[in-house]
Amino acid sequence: MSPRAQLQLWAAQRIGAAVLALCVTVHLATMIYAVRHGLSATAILDRTRDNWGWAGFYVLFVLAVSVHAPIGMRTICGEWLGLSGRAVDVVLAALGVALAAVGLRAVWAVFAS
Amino acid sequence: MEDKIDVSVWRGTEQGEFRHYSVPRLASQTVLDVVTYIQRRLESSLAYRFACRVGMCGSCAMTVNGVARWTCRTHVEKVAPHGVLEIAPLSNLPVIRDLVCDMSSFFDKWARAEGHFHPTATRTDPIVRVQPDTPARRAADAGIECIGCAVCYASCDVVAWNADYLGPAALNRAWTLMNDERDSGGKVRLAAVSGDAGCHACHTHMSCTERCPKKIAPTAAIAGLKRATLAALLAGRL
Repeated sequence: MSPRAQLQLWAAQRIGAAVLALCVTVHLATMIYAVRHGLSATAILDRTRDNWGWAGFYVLFVLAVSVHAPIGMRTICGEWLGLSGRAVDVVLAALGVALAAVGLRAVWAVFAS
Repeated sequence: MEDKIDVSVWRGTEQGEFRHYSVPRLASQTVLDVVTYIQRRLESSLAYRFACRVGMCGSCAMTVNGVARWTCRTHVEKVAPHGVLEIAPLSNLPVIRDLVCDMSSFFDKWARAEGHFHPTATRTDPIVRVQPDTPARRAADAGIECIGCAVCYASCDVVAWNADYLGPAALNRAWTLMNDERDSGGKVRLAAVSGDAGCHACHTHMSCTERCPKKIAPTAAIAGLKRATLAALLAGRL
């Protein structure tokens, strides 16, 4: 992988981190609100069903995780486990796709249920 | 204050052991004084480096009680109040013998980081007047006093984990040149310091900044390089 591509990965991970900082804050605030107001699962689903705002927010959240996590894992694999190279990059790209798939499936479930 | 210092000194190469010596304790004694006493009075085969003895050359850096330091500017009373010293070669560099490291990889990385001046003028041109108070010149001046002692390099976790990582000193040098208005090597230098072995590998642990004997902040220089490389990438110049 060229240094330019490595720089692009670094930039993508930092941008992902910035998005996650916002998303995690909103997500935690939402959870605290739901718990403190005693919202049931049904009540939560009533709010998320057909709600494009929440769906868009969690799609952004899932995509940020899918970008951020594999790139961070790539660094950890290289520095702590001594694993690097094309095979590792392919496996971690697959991890990103898998995270996106299961995350988007969950978003779809609370949007279309 | 004890009359003697119990000193453990690394003997050998990558393989070796600590050997113990008892050295008289003196007022205002430096760690380099201790090593010199051992070499001249107790163990003539001990290998170590020093030159200026006054914190100008950077050749006497060693690991003293687990921390990389200039031994010539480190008083025993500061690092060993109870009279126990452990002296080892610098970390992250191959050991040639005893307290002497092979600095080749350290300086090779300065070259890889384009740490040399790319002139924009010749010796026949008039001398350029450099304003000392511009932001760029201030940024260059902040890191220009590095003397290449490798204390930062030996203190860096990322160098320990990633042998290709250029390290704090080389990146600090690159940043000083990026801010030198007389230099023309910015584009090639940003390419040289990008990627997994470059500034983007830094985790901002700040050990380099904490331990630099010259009070330079390589972490700030590396942050500057991160900003510059990202700006160049977004502008399509990298």
